Amino acid sequence: MNEFFILMKQELAVTAIIFLLLFIKIGKGIQHSSLLSLVQFLLLINFGAGFFFNQSGWLFGDMYQTTPLIVFQKNILSLGVYLISLLCADWLKKTEHLPEFFMLMLSALLGMFLMISSGNLLIFYLALELATIPVAAMANFDLHKKRSSEGAMKMILSSAFSSGILLFGISLIYGITGTLSFALIPGQLDGSTLQLLAFVFLLSAFAFKLSIVPFHLWTADVYEGSPIAVTSFLSVISKGAIAFIFITILYKVFQPIGEVWYNMLVILAVITMVIGNLFAIRQQNIKRFLAFSSIAQVGFILVGMSSGSEVGITAVVYFVLIYVFSNLAAFGVAAVITEQSGKENIDDYKGLYKTNPFLCWILALALFSLAGIPPTAGFFGKLFLITAGATKASFIFITIAALNMIVSLYYYLRVIRAAFMDKNENPISAIKLSPSVKLGLIICGAGIVLVGLLSWMYDYIHSLSL
Amino acid sequence: MNLLLLIGLPLLTAVAVLLSRNKQQVKWIALFGSVAQLALAFVLFFIYKHERETGNAAQMLFEQNYPLFKSLNINFHLGVDGISIAMILLTAFVVVAGVLVSWNIEKMTKEFYFLLILLGMGAYGFFISLDLFILFFFLEISVIPKYLLIGIWGSGKKEYSANKLALMLMGGSALILVGILGLYFAAGRSFDIMELSKATVSLPYQQVLFPLLFVGFGVFTALFPLHTWVPDGHSSAPTAGSMFLAGISMKLGGYGCLRVATYLLPEGAKEYANIIIILSAIAILYGAFATMMQKDLKYINAYSSVSHVGFSLLGIGMLTQTAITGALMQMVSHGLMTALFFAVIGMIYDRTHTRMVDEMGGLMKKLPFISTIFFIVGLCSLGLPGLSGFVAEMTIFMGSWENADAFHRIATIAAAMSIVVTAVYILRAIGNTVMGPIKNESYLSLKDAAWNERLAAIILVVGILAIGIAPGWLNDLLRPAAEEIMNRIAGK
Repeated sequence: MNEFFILMKQELAVTAIIFLLLFIKIGKGIQHSSLLSLVQFLLLINFGAGFFFNQSGWLFGDMYQTTPLIVFQKNILSLGVYLISLLCADWLKKTEHLPEFFMLMLSALLGMFLMISSGNLLIFYLALELATIPVAAMANFDLHKKRSSEGAMKMILSSAFSSGILLFGISLIYGITGTLSFALIPGQLDGSTLQLLAFVFLLSAFAFKLSIVPFHLWTADVYEGSPIAVTSFLSVISKGAIAFIFITILYKVFQPIGEVWYNMLVILAVITMVIGNLFAIRQQNIKRFLAFSSIAQVGFILVGMSSGSEVGITAVVYFVLIYVFSNLAAFGVAAVITEQSGKENIDDYKGLYKTNPFLCWILALALFSLAGIPPTAGFFGKLFLITAGATKASFIFITIAALNMIVSLYYYLRVIRAAFMDKNENPISAIKLSPSVKLGLIICGAGIVLVGLLSWMYDYIHSLSL
Repeated sequence: MNLLLLIGLPLLTAVAVLLSRNKQQVKWIALFGSVAQLALAFVLFFIYKHERETGNAAQMLFEQNYPLFKSLNINFHLGVDGISIAMILLTAFVVVAGVLVSWNIEKMTKEFYFLLILLGMGAYGFFISLDLFILFFFLEISVIPKYLLIGIWGSGKKEYSANKLALMLMGGSALILVGILGLYFAAGRSFDIMELSKATVSLPYQQVLFPLLFVGFGVFTALFPLHTWVPDGHSSAPTAGSMFLAGISMKLGGYGCLRVATYLLPEGAKEYANIIIILSAIAILYGAFATMMQKDLKYINAYSSVSHVGFSLLGIGMLTQTAITGALMQMVSHGLMTALFFAVIGMIYDRTHTRMVDEMGGLMKKLPFISTIFFIVGLCSLGLPGLSGFVAEMTIFMGSWENADAFHRIATIAAAMSIVVTAVYILRAIGNTVMGPIKNESYLSLKDAAWNERLAAIILVVGILAIGIAPGWLNDLLRPAAEEIMNRIAGK
């Protein structure tokens, strides 16, 4: 029983917060601003709790697994959710259904926790659904906007579709191997056609969730329609969680057919980077812009994943950590600006530096980090992903990845140019930041600068992933 | 001496600039910090000399090695040899001059000086790194300052130029990245230059990696035909930005071509030496002829930079000890000279508000100090004995002549011919601006250089003269290091 509490501490903490919110909702309810502070505080505790009593072990047979690496991955996600609650505070205070919003978000987080910890395809599927369906409801949270409902609809349909594909793949695997346990499947795999078919189905489902090209079509519309809090949750937290479990399944379960998925990943990575980058160039809306750029970033994650060794795991986890800071900082700035001025286009950012220098510097840090320019952490993140991808010594692949960094720099510079250089008669007026937004942006900025320069972080993650 | 000071001092200056309250404070902190850097560079130089004289024959001095990313075998490995010392001195000179020249900048002063100091820090870090990873880190760190300096404080089509520069340099970086990763895996997972210099990389790898690295660094140093960012970038940048770009940043590329590409991949260098020679000879001639057509002073200096930097690459391509020493001298000389050139152009532009040669004339009458400096730098550029340009180019030609076959001789002669063209455009530019009657009445009320401009110019002129009149010290500094590189190429 004691072991149960220690191993599942993060899940239990999140569940506790969900129930607390439920009671608040059923009871009299409290003011939104105090509720928000309370939730922020609880999320911080939840994040902090992840650092204590770290043990590895199994629960429920082979269903649930925890290792220090998994705990660390969950911490990254908790941190992300905490940051979102800070950065989007202005919008959150205004929503009519704040407790519901957090209940949904935390349910999704709980789903992700279980998903990362799963040791069996069945619980993996259940957790994945838990992590997806609440997000679709959240995407609909701008209740008066049609685009928001449209986005939610697109999301729920496409995820239902991908779940179907996933289930079909899982059933094929069960048919072939007679087991769903991660530990037992590899022994039964020998690369027969049916197995490859099953793998392709699984891969497609993951590709849907990670919006890997050519399964990315839902991404931009959903991102644009949803409120920014949800967009950032989708593009950072969801992506991170799926990337974590994807890499586990690839490396553990499908390790016997490593050659096959290596080739597939290489192809997918290349087209994802190229298409994501090319489409990002033309975007005007900042949310769509970040959506396509996040597709390109996923392409980079695939580059690291293709390594097939612990270097790949380290690089991916490290990158997701950096990505949480960088992308959330960018979304945070966008959220503040949208909330205050209602403007979402890149052209509206012209002359922003004159009025909001602090926001501009954070935005610049975030975008340079996403582009992979030192001294920001993104430089290290991308470099290590590419290094991991280079372990198989395919120079053409690495060169394509490196060249894609130029394209991505081009469109990130577009935003920076608008903010810092372009003149504008009536720029967005000076914005007074609320304390929690400021705190969130400062944490993100500090993370962007420090995670890379404090090199022990990488070594720490590496020691976990051995 | 602790080399971390060279990174720490600029960093401290940059932070102090950020924390300062008003413009006056910003300027004085920046000046104080850059002078301290110059002093530090001199101290380093003299300690280094002392060490060498007392018989310390280690290839790198003051080495420090801290593990950075242990699991990937990335170390924070610092150390200097003669080449690094020369480059550090050059950087320190240009930084002080750049800070002084920008004294009257009004727009976002704090940000300007912050970025300027950061750019200098990147260069110091680059020249003292002995680990390819941190070398690459410091190379890339200058992208943001360069982009913002040109884009915000620049003139003309600044956004276009800033974008072009950032993207082309990023393209070069991408090639370098692939190259160093190739080296890393080919030589048993190490980024350490000293380890890599002892490792044997198989010939097929060298054949692939050398062009990647050389072209990658070549983009930074205007290797033909990848030089196109140079004219636009330099002419759009603010004065101090142009000085830093041409004086320091282009030298990063040359240093990388030599220390990383040629030194670590000697077989590759031999394989491709002829192509380098052809490209650099084209750059020298093309740059010179293109300069003839220019009417804007900044474009004149930018294109002539393409031509002058071509000499460094030619020296590297010749693969003899004298030529490589000359190439390094040319880097230092060109760095000082071109920084001074841009400084003078900036001073003239601040007064006349034009950079067009045709519109000016007779400046000597009203601006004697500036005009004199302009003369000196022009003469240095066309290679007058007694100034640094002559020493460097002469050394390169002598080194090139050591290769006795027809191909090398023809390339050398072709390159030498460009000096005539240089004389034509330099003398014409100087003659039209400085001499003759005053064409514009408003020039009668112009004031000569202020104290900060005088100081900046004098510092750089001192550097040029120190190399031009007594080149021995620079030669002594560079030659042993060049010998080390030659030993590696010769397979000793």
